[in-house]
Amino acid sequence: MKPLTSRPPFYWRLRPFIYRLEGSRCSVCGHFHPLNRVVCRRCGSRTLERERLNNAGRLVNYTVVHQAQEGFEKTTPYLVGWVEMDDGTNLVGQLTDCDPQDLKVGMTIEMVVRKLRVDGDSNLIVYGVKFRPLVQR
Amino acid sequence: MPKIRNAAIHGYGVYIPMFRIKGAELAKVWGKNASDLPVKEKAVAGLDEDTVTMAVEASKYALKRAGVDASSISAVHVGTESKPYAVKPSGTLVAEILGTSRKTTSADLEFACKAGTEAVQFITALVEAGRIDYGLAIGADTAQGRPGDALEYTAASGAAALVIGPAKNDCVAKFDYSVSFVTDTPDFWRRSYERYPVHASRFTGEPAYFHHTISAVNTILSENGYSVNDIDYFVFHQPNVKFPLAVAKVLSIPTSKVVPGLVADMVGNTYAACSMVALAKILDIASPGQRILATSYGSGAGSDSFVLTVCDGILEKRNRAPTYTELLSRRKEIDYSTYLKYRDKIRM
Repeated sequence: MKPLTSRPPFYWRLRPFIYRLEGSRCSVCGHFHPLNRVVCRRCGSRTLERERLNNAGRLVNYTVVHQAQEGFEKTTPYLVGWVEMDDGTNLVGQLTDCDPQDLKVGMTIEMVVRKLRVDGDSNLIVYGVKFRPLVQR
Repeated sequence: MPKIRNAAIHGYGVYIPMFRIKGAELAKVWGKNASDLPVKEKAVAGLDEDTVTMAVEASKYALKRAGVDASSISAVHVGTESKPYAVKPSGTLVAEILGTSRKTTSADLEFACKAGTEAVQFITALVEAGRIDYGLAIGADTAQGRPGDALEYTAASGAAALVIGPAKNDCVAKFDYSVSFVTDTPDFWRRSYERYPVHASRFTGEPAYFHHTISAVNTILSENGYSVNDIDYFVFHQPNVKFPLAVAKVLSIPTSKVVPGLVADMVGNTYAACSMVALAKILDIASPGQRILATSYGSGAGSDSFVLTVCDGILEKRNRAPTYTELLSRRKEIDYSTYLKYRDKIRM
């Protein structure tokens, strides 16, 4: 299994996306890319604009992880979901505040920021996006 | 004491983690009598939650209610005694996650359970002085009690946030007066490198909680010409349910003005967030024109007291984000062993 990096600059560069779902949207084909991109991965256009995704989406599917990657052992079993955001962008991330029996394909979910893991050597806390069923009003 | 001339709450938000442990479950483990517990149950942060994540959740709800974009926030002050890092501010993390302005003043404030209202004192002053347009005052804690200690029944997790800005017509409530009352009173403390706090048992009552809370309330009422009859709701810090009710008895405050602001029975003592969560609960039900007196208490010791008047903006803004009651209904009960795991009390 590939070990995860504990280098602070790695996470520091990811902040806009893993904290706020900020990225670049292609003005030609509409494709959304995490973080800053100069060239659209889908159509090759160089016209991209900074954008923040809406916090909500729907659950496409999910699975339960029992054999965790290094750094996530304490949280097993955990849920990983495939989520289609309101704009059609597909993301994969951990689901939190729920059990499998709480989930239904197609249900509305929202983005939250949680502790993803704590680096074993440096004790650096890595925060990032997870998803949970929408808090009902 | 200071009259606050131009600072108001524009949005408020609460966050209560979904996990709960009943007082009876704790009593069962430690062989105590379950008939006389300080609270019914308490909120417990999940494995992936801490002061920062809870502060962010409460702040997002506060910003939503305020209708203020995060980029307009120029101050993020977090009151807490459970910072994830001993050295590294929680406020900058909260600000970065929310996407506030880069030109932001930020600090973590520590004053036991009144650190959150200390943030309110700072932000109202910055707004009044015209140094900022909007700021976030946050109280958040994942309070820790040593297994088997009396504190374990109440030490809970939660957060509350206020978006504070200039007093305008569409605000939720405007600040009228504030007072701080402090002394050096060693009723509860935690030294560096210690995992759990120490408390002075009964000494935490009379010379600590009651003296400071009652002194702050009496000062703000008498110096500004108010009586108990002029206030519609009283909000107190709640280390348990008995203490605020005892204050009401001493000050001849009708319990009907105190009970609506009680949160400790179902959430526990969320430390720096406690009195702010209680204030938010009142804002969920208060009507324009009503007056609230909110008083915190922090060990060490001191109290902040504020008089607020509810404004017209409350009617429209309160429904923009989940209320206290809605968040409370999001509930999953856990047993003691799960609680130990979630609160990182099992060390290998």
